[in-house]
Amino acid sequence: MRTLTYAQAIREAHAQLLRTDSRVFVIGQGLWSPWYAGTSLQGLDKEFGRGRIIDSPVSENAITGAAVGAAIAGMRPIVFHPRMDFMLLAVDPIVNQAANWSYMFGGQVSAPVVIRTTINRGGEQAAQHSQALQAIFMHIPGLKVVMPSTPYDAKGLLIAAVSDGNPVLYIDDRWLYGEVCGVPEELYRVPIGKAAVRRGGKDITIVATSSMAAVAAQAVRALEERGVDAELIDLRSVKPWDREAVYSSVRKTGRLVVADAAWHTCGVAAEIAASVAGDVFDALKAPVARVCLPDAPAPMSAPLERAYYLGVDDIISAVEKLLGQ
Amino acid sequence: MERDVPIDLLHGMYVSMLRIRLFEERAAELVDAGEIKTPCHLYIGQEAIAVGVCAALERDDYVWGGHRSHGHYLAKGGDLRAMMAELHGKATGCSKGRGGSMHLVAPEVGILGTVPLVAATIPMAVGAALATQLRRDARVSVSFFGDGATEEGHFHESLNIASVYRLPVLFVCENNLYSSHMQLLERRACDNIDRAGEAHGLPGVRVDGNDVVAVYRAAVVAVERARRGEGPALLECRTYRWRGHVGASWDMDVGVKRRDEFKDWLSKDPIARAGQQLRALGAEELELDRVVHHVRREVDEAVTFARESPYPAVSGLLEHVYWTDGERR
Repeated sequence: MRTLTYAQAIREAHAQLLRTDSRVFVIGQGLWSPWYAGTSLQGLDKEFGRGRIIDSPVSENAITGAAVGAAIAGMRPIVFHPRMDFMLLAVDPIVNQAANWSYMFGGQVSAPVVIRTTINRGGEQAAQHSQALQAIFMHIPGLKVVMPSTPYDAKGLLIAAVSDGNPVLYIDDRWLYGEVCGVPEELYRVPIGKAAVRRGGKDITIVATSSMAAVAAQAVRALEERGVDAELIDLRSVKPWDREAVYSSVRKTGRLVVADAAWHTCGVAAEIAASVAGDVFDALKAPVARVCLPDAPAPMSAPLERAYYLGVDDIISAVEKLLGQ
Repeated sequence: MERDVPIDLLHGMYVSMLRIRLFEERAAELVDAGEIKTPCHLYIGQEAIAVGVCAALERDDYVWGGHRSHGHYLAKGGDLRAMMAELHGKATGCSKGRGGSMHLVAPEVGILGTVPLVAATIPMAVGAALATQLRRDARVSVSFFGDGATEEGHFHESLNIASVYRLPVLFVCENNLYSSHMQLLERRACDNIDRAGEAHGLPGVRVDGNDVVAVYRAAVVAVERARRGEGPALLECRTYRWRGHVGASWDMDVGVKRRDEFKDWLSKDPIARAGQQLRALGAEELELDRVVHHVRREVDEAVTFARESPYPAVSGLLEHVYWTDGERR
């Protein structure tokens, strides 16, 4: 199969959606810039025109509200926030409006908008250019939240998000933009709410989100060399998340590590740990371990960054601790 | 001035205002009686704005509103019975008992939602206008909001965006001089909402919001301009809220306003004024009485319908959290 990078896969999904569905348009900051979105939107304005690829004023709130309004009025907008930190200025249209729209009007109208944002951190960018806030949005009924970790999923989940009919928060990660894998040339959907088992194993389950799925893949290979047979589940969607895949794996292995490169408190990992403890407690042979960021803003200076962010060793040591090694 | 408006049009606007007034007076009684419990923000006194603007619109045009939107819903053609049922929390309500007074919808007449988060639907109206521009259909999108909403940042963001892209939006500020309990100049350095238009490169017009003909005329100019692709406009309609911020009480009871100020505005009652204009055009007293009687009966029937309608089934508590195919009208 032909291979693409993660960024190329995102771009291809956009291009194919724009080509096949006249309701689709893209709006947000940096769309005409050569660097805001990496190569993930490169040249789309030239191919589809600046009427449909709209590089917007610096107005996160109103631009997102406009995308929500356009969606309710029958379009399929993708509103883009090149950094998740800045998207917090648009919490009202996302949380109060889009997420509630179907429910509060008895299902007669909905807001089929895709809110795409990027986790963009490291490189001494510090606290306001670094945040991974999936947990906040995972909390909200009416929203769906997806976090692809591979080029295949990056394309398939974007297409699924645009066709979903509900507001979907699509979170990609700049640390993944160079990842490469086979990506089909046609339009295809990766189902929202379905995890992917990246490696089968019997000793321990590792559930990972987004960039941590890539880190965990390395950890699993290292563990294999040490004789540990780990099962790796890439969650792909954090809302709804695939309980069935996680529970059946835990029933098999009895041990669970959840890796999510976001804050520890009230995070994705906390939700999964609590659910597993509540629903498959009998299968557990050890406490659930969380591999998350410390509860602190992202630092700037390189040595502090190295201490703050997570790596292969963090997963390996969590696994070994649970296995009593 | 009123001679320029055909009597049929003026009569239609009079009836439309009366439907809002009598609906809300009845709702106020039912709020007082404890029969309606959903928080109701009454529109009494402001009817000329919704009616004057909506008379300039087509059925397909979009209307977006806020917490005080009973008037917008009725003026645009929303079903009166379904709104009364919604206020009663019934399954037959316009939002199936999920929304109440502050969340009204009537997609069949272009009302895609009214919500109480202040100014929230202003950018959404801009987005609906962007949708019509991209589709090249002829719809105009109207955003109704209060003076308080102009203190939100996204009001200004929205005017700028609509102006940059020359979108077919009509921003209608209903300046009733109060945001909740706060008088205009307690919250603003200047009484100059209409000037926001100029600041953002679009026409801003101040209109007597208690004169339905004046509102209608201003709306026609703005709507025609928008349909020609010449972009958005801002109408600041000056009016007065007769009742409290929320609920049935008169503001005087809670000490928010001065009695003489209110007395002054009572004399500018938009419905009485339209009635006078109709009489001047030759309408019969008997005919005007008949309209009141007819609307009263319509409201009575709506109350009966609401009372007799079932509550939503508890088994449906979690329905509609996510939209599924087949639900959309």
